[in-house]
Amino acid sequence: MARQKEPREIEIIDLNPKNKNQKNKNSKKNNSNNNENRAKGSRSKEPQPIQPKEKNGSKNREFAVITYGFLALFIALSVYFCYFMEFQSEDFINNSYNARIAQLSNSIIRGDIVSSDGEVLATSSVDSQGNETREYPNGSTFAHVIGYNSNGLMGVELDANFYLLRSHSFILNRLLNDLKDEKSQGDTVVTTLNAQLQKTAYFAMGNYDGAVVAMEPSTGKILSMISKPDFDPNTIEDDYSEIATDSSSSVLLNRATSGLYPPGSTFKILTALEYLNEGGNNTDSFDCDGSFTSDGYEIHCYGNKAHGNETFLEAFGNSCNVVFSQVGLTLDLNSFYGLSEQLLFNKSLPTRLSNVKSSSFSLSEDASDSLIMQTSIGQGDTLVTPLHMAMIASSICNEGLLMEPYIIDSVQNDEGTNVESYSESEYGNILTTVQAEELEEYMRFVVTDGTASALNTDSYEAFGKTGSAEYNSDKDDTHSWFVGYAKDGDKEIAVAIILEGAGSGSSYAVPVAKAMFDTYFGN
Amino acid sequence: MLHLLVTISKYTIMIMFAIYTYDCFAVLRPGMKPEKREHMYKKQTTLIYLILLNANAVLLCSLMDFRIIIMSVAEMIFIALTLLIYNRIYKGASLSVVNNMCMLLTLSFIILTRLDIEKAIRQFGIACVALVITCVIPLFISKLKFLNKLSFLYAIIGIFGLGVVTIAGSTEYGAKLNISIGSVTIQPSEFIKILFVFFVASILYQWEDITELFYASGVALLHVLLLVASKDLGGAAIFLITYLAMMYVATKNPLILVGGFGIGAVGSFMAYKLFTHVQNRVIAWLDPLSVIDDQGYQVSQSLFAIGTGGWFGSGLGEGMPDKIPVVTKDFVFAAISEEMGGVVALCLIFVCISCLLMFFNISMSIKDMFYKLIALGLGTIYGIQVFLTLGGVIKFIPSTGVTLPLISYGGSSLLSTMVLFAVIQGLYIMRNDQESELEDGKTKRTKRNRDY
Repeated sequence: MARQKEPREIEIIDLNPKNKNQKNKNSKKNNSNNNENRAKGSRSKEPQPIQPKEKNGSKNREFAVITYGFLALFIALSVYFCYFMEFQSEDFINNSYNARIAQLSNSIIRGDIVSSDGEVLATSSVDSQGNETREYPNGSTFAHVIGYNSNGLMGVELDANFYLLRSHSFILNRLLNDLKDEKSQGDTVVTTLNAQLQKTAYFAMGNYDGAVVAMEPSTGKILSMISKPDFDPNTIEDDYSEIATDSSSSVLLNRATSGLYPPGSTFKILTALEYLNEGGNNTDSFDCDGSFTSDGYEIHCYGNKAHGNETFLEAFGNSCNVVFSQVGLTLDLNSFYGLSEQLLFNKSLPTRLSNVKSSSFSLSEDASDSLIMQTSIGQGDTLVTPLHMAMIASSICNEGLLMEPYIIDSVQNDEGTNVESYSESEYGNILTTVQAEELEEYMRFVVTDGTASALNTDSYEAFGKTGSAEYNSDKDDTHSWFVGYAKDGDKEIAVAIILEGAGSGSSYAVPVAKAMFDTYFGN
Repeated sequence: MLHLLVTISKYTIMIMFAIYTYDCFAVLRPGMKPEKREHMYKKQTTLIYLILLNANAVLLCSLMDFRIIIMSVAEMIFIALTLLIYNRIYKGASLSVVNNMCMLLTLSFIILTRLDIEKAIRQFGIACVALVITCVIPLFISKLKFLNKLSFLYAIIGIFGLGVVTIAGSTEYGAKLNISIGSVTIQPSEFIKILFVFFVASILYQWEDITELFYASGVALLHVLLLVASKDLGGAAIFLITYLAMMYVATKNPLILVGGFGIGAVGSFMAYKLFTHVQNRVIAWLDPLSVIDDQGYQVSQSLFAIGTGGWFGSGLGEGMPDKIPVVTKDFVFAAISEEMGGVVALCLIFVCISCLLMFFNISMSIKDMFYKLIALGLGTIYGIQVFLTLGGVIKFIPSTGVTLPLISYGGSSLLSTMVLFAVIQGLYIMRNDQESELEDGKTKRTKRNRDY
């Protein structure tokens, strides 16, 4: 039968001369077929056999080059398109400029936000009319860190917006919902937050304004984050105008990530490290009579206390302003500035959290004595965020290695199956191992023999530095600081605590740290 | 209820278009019986009608504009007429090419109606005019035997046209592309690129000594430089690459390609150094989100649309393609991907590839060097243009401000692409006719043999 094999109409460049001969035969057979067809009145149209040209096989080489060249371009284009869809599109979808996300809520019930210990921190309920209400079972305890989803977005509600508005529910369910014009359940976002710890810290802070950040040094997981004054996210829609217009207390500001505070004595961590870097020793001996004057500027120790004769290590433990302002005047200011940059001052902090402010440190070579003295004890122009201080403590605990803080741990579908997991990422060493060990010794001394002795216990090993930061000319008004960490075996936690206007660090911030450590290590 | 309709329509259009695309390549399978192949083309035609009806029904319900009913009828008649012309009146036209043209036009009608019904009506009007103008082109191509002798004319018109734009053109998005005559704005380079292919072919088809090559290269370079002077770098790239491809096939010298890519690389680098709008586009390409308020706005919006739409799309009328600047022109692909889905967008790329393969195959099978080069040149223009526009929209390459042939809004682009398709059909028909004559000769012999 001649009709068995038809030559293909479209011949994708074939350079094999053997095949060509084959086709040539076929096409001859085909010609007669065509003829028969025509005789019967049927139209001869496609397929028209393409007559292979002559014996010269190289005739088509140029066409092969051009066709395959184009094919390669278009295949690359298609592959990139798929790659974008699968791997890159999320960065774009989740961008705050993308107006489309809000539309997703027309077809998706906003997913839940839960803590790492399984507590529901935010959930949505749908009434019989299909109206969705967002509920926050813990009220103001998680106000800033979880945020809200009205009048703009904030906190995890903002950072995880896209994940919450996506559904990986069983595909047939989704299809069914799509057809029934009903919403599908959005995915659940599991945070790194420890609800137990968060509540402990929240209540330990009492009525003071301020902030608490706790993170896991080995991973960068944020364990708790509190900012006060706070608000109730359940009623934020109604309260918003009142809260937003009250500029004096900045309720909506997340002080943990974007509150800029004078670091006070917690900054002595940097001053001490710079002094040690420049050849200073633990045992260097100093005298403190309660005040020190240089160039007409006088510095007092807290409560005008005179510490008498003390080593540099003891001066750190006593948080002695006299010694640290003296030491500050001897430091190489360029090198000091370099150290501050090494510890991420004046830089954007390496984290995926949103609304994070940079800490600032400035000290030029021609700075006045008074500014150098103030800066050395954490006053002056230096400003820090609590998150940044927690990161510094975390890297000291982690032998100098800083892990990037993160709060979204994984995304699960409505049946609890993991859809996506976010792993920790290393930022790098902001301290050498030796520097971290030196600082650890100093911060341990503060607990065993210094201002944070309330943390001295057998249950865990605590390290830290207290601070009482003056924030206006009235010396009685000080912010109470504690920056430090604790470990028990493999379990570690780093914290930064600030209570605005409370008083000394040892009296107010240290008890909060103690409550948190006790809870975390299970006492 | 509307949402239900949109959702059903979304998935059905996607499935139908996927089948259509599959058939584009399935017909290439060797050893397929002609009846089967014809059946597949008929199936494709049916799918075009169904997709058009399906989408227009959804658009009617969501936009509640009753002009859509009239347009649907008119569009169906338009497609029926197009198929009639190339199926019945011109015997032996390529059904694959005509189907793809109708399919791409259908997508254009759908997405333009969704984006801006006034523009859709205008575009449809231009398509009707273009159909009338282009339906005689295949006839001209096969009857006018002196087309290969007009090289001088092609060059004069081309250079004059581009020169006018360079001097008197209006600037749009950093480049001079258009000239306005009264209320009509035309983009001459869209038409000149077809003339350019004729020019290059008419010189190269029988070149004998090197001076002819220099002459052709000089005139070609002049075209490219005029486009560069108008800052239409996408256009310049199209002309340059087309010229190189034709030159390469005519001379069979691979050095042409190597040298051409060298010139292209140096040219791109110089353009980057000289033109700020080129730098801006490169910045936007590298990291659009970092400059989202500025240079990166358009590309970011395009990627928001494609990404948020996802593989299955938001459904017609349920996305926000209006957020993308110039969405009806350069970025129409993003609108299709957002609302009709990434699957449809990917299929669209493959339909374009299928067109391109067809063009090159037609070129390859033509024996007359002049017509062979024309088919090759037009194919190259089409391929490069599709690649530049799609690549720009999805951030594969920096955006070049080139429109997507047959789909983007714009009269000049639509008319010139339909001319391009018509010329290709003319060449295909001519080749088939010649082959029939040849066959007739052979057949006699065959018959004699048989009788014997």
